[in-house]
Amino acid sequence: MSSRNAILDSLRQNVPPPASRPGPITGIRYADPLKQFEETLIGAGGRLVRATAPQDLASELAKIDVYANAAKVASLAPGIPSRNVDLSAIEDPHDLEGVDVAVIPGKFGVAENAAVWVPGETLTPHRAIFVIAQHLILIVPAQEIVDNLHQAYERLHWSPNSFGTFISGPSKTADIEQSLVIGAHGARSCTVVLV
Amino acid sequence: MTGHPENAALFVANEERAHWHDQSLWFVRAKRDRQASGIPEWEALRAAASAIKTHTLSRLADYLEEFERNAIANGIQVHWARDGVEHNAIVHQILASHGVTRLVKSKSMLTEECHLNPYLEAQGIEVTDTDLGERIVQLRKEPPSHIVMPAIHLKRQEIGDLFHIELGTDKGASDPKYLTEAARGNLRSKFLGAQAGLTGVNFAVAETGGIVVCTNEGNADMGASLPRLHIACMGIEKLIPRAADLSVFLRLLARSGTGQPITAYTSHFNGPLRGGEMHVVIVDNGRSRILGQPTFRRSLSCIRCGACMNTCPVYRRSGGYSYGYTVPGPIGSILAPQRDPKKYASLPFASSLCGSCTDVCPVKIDLHHQLLAFRKVLVDLKAVPLQKRLSMAVMGFVLSHPLLYRTGGSLMRAIVPRLPRGLAYGRWNPWGIQRELPPMPKQSFRDLIQKEPS
Repeated sequence: MSSRNAILDSLRQNVPPPASRPGPITGIRYADPLKQFEETLIGAGGRLVRATAPQDLASELAKIDVYANAAKVASLAPGIPSRNVDLSAIEDPHDLEGVDVAVIPGKFGVAENAAVWVPGETLTPHRAIFVIAQHLILIVPAQEIVDNLHQAYERLHWSPNSFGTFISGPSKTADIEQSLVIGAHGARSCTVVLV
Repeated sequence: MTGHPENAALFVANEERAHWHDQSLWFVRAKRDRQASGIPEWEALRAAASAIKTHTLSRLADYLEEFERNAIANGIQVHWARDGVEHNAIVHQILASHGVTRLVKSKSMLTEECHLNPYLEAQGIEVTDTDLGERIVQLRKEPPSHIVMPAIHLKRQEIGDLFHIELGTDKGASDPKYLTEAARGNLRSKFLGAQAGLTGVNFAVAETGGIVVCTNEGNADMGASLPRLHIACMGIEKLIPRAADLSVFLRLLARSGTGQPITAYTSHFNGPLRGGEMHVVIVDNGRSRILGQPTFRRSLSCIRCGACMNTCPVYRRSGGYSYGYTVPGPIGSILAPQRDPKKYASLPFASSLCGSCTDVCPVKIDLHHQLLAFRKVLVDLKAVPLQKRLSMAVMGFVLSHPLLYRTGGSLMRAIVPRLPRGLAYGRWNPWGIQRELPPMPKQSFRDLIQKEPS
């Protein structure tokens, strides 16, 4: 018998009594989800910038030090040009090493945990960009902040062979004596720009 | 093999370090409490998580088949392994067929359980653990001492000394920021040079046929997004039915484990990279047998958050290595003896049964009840030392014979205070090794009550 069938048979022989699914959960709501998002993001080691209108985006980005000083910027955000990186010419994601800043549009944010949903389609052609770049700037529409993760998953749809990630602040570790260090493997900083 | 008491004795011998370890974990437990209290529906979330797991376990074979169908539709190759040996052989075969000699791994307790690293290394494959804590213990040739914080037992100076030798950091340097930066540089070259990435699985979703991996460092994303070959290894119990269920578990996981609202990266892998391959290895390794045991099957609901370890007064004071098993702490003390009751017979006794683990468990596993129940199993198996079994038998006999109990009581009160210390604290009395017997009262409680005016 194949291992597959042996495992499934063993599970069916040992099956526990039927148990039904629980009902849905009503998640926490915030009086000011934007404020909650900002506070949680800061707690996660990130930074929030509020741009008032789409046309202000470029000038707001210019005020962000890591962006202003970056030699190489890879942008996936419409209207924001890349700098010294031609994403369409890169065949191998390994060639993304050395990118200083990635500017990536996020679909929506979650107030309770400062997570920003970045679908795989946005990251085409190389999903590694969100983690290999030294710094991350996420552009999120200000009206697209939900309160909690239950609402977030209600908005998600799943197509075959897809990718998507929630990003909440920069890469971090506390593996040495529980001492928090920002910038483990991924982004050394994470700035969310609300538009 | 030595049991928990012997191993723990070595750990507590260094009083200063044992205290420091205790405080480090209590700090994480306190962070967990702050997060939990910020969510008004916390208890409803725990109840929902527990119910989803119970439901999934009641139809696990069906859901695994659904997962397999959808994973294949995603272009994922699905493998099944009955045990650790088969799991290791499958992983090696995938790597060998691609000529892989350099593998990067993110955290996977399952591969620790199966001892994958030494197996692959013996076949000439360089395996690099990339989670910082795992990298530290890998360089020290040690297993993780905690499932979420693998190097929680080490001090910064020890890590500094290790990195000085292994990574060429400055001698005596122990600043965590400096050491982390050195590891980042070293591991980035490993990521860029690897031909394959292996990750664990936090959740596998039957509905989507995809897996979810949570990290703070981003190491799973590096390993699964740079090389074209991604292998994900999961125990059969990692499955949940629907993507919407993730919202329940993700709200609980990081809050319970490290006291964060969510991990920095929560990535949903529903298929291979363009032009790449993705494999999922589904492993039983004794889990289906646990499913058949009504008293212990709820241990399969565990989402490996580590909260039961952080809160456990015994774990905090005895360290992860005292358990001698891949998963330490209260949950490990149930999982290990399932695998080998004789070898791990001391673990269900490594608990004060205070119930703190049960209180913090995000999926409401009745941990301390299971620990107690397992003691009975071990006594029935005669896996408990003769001295313990005999003293329990004597105690049971005395307690069920009131006259004997009363006579014995008055004798003890009369004799024990007159015994020379060497006799009262002789080898027959292990309880007295680090404790003083209470002073013997002049009268029993029964005497006192009878003298009370009614």
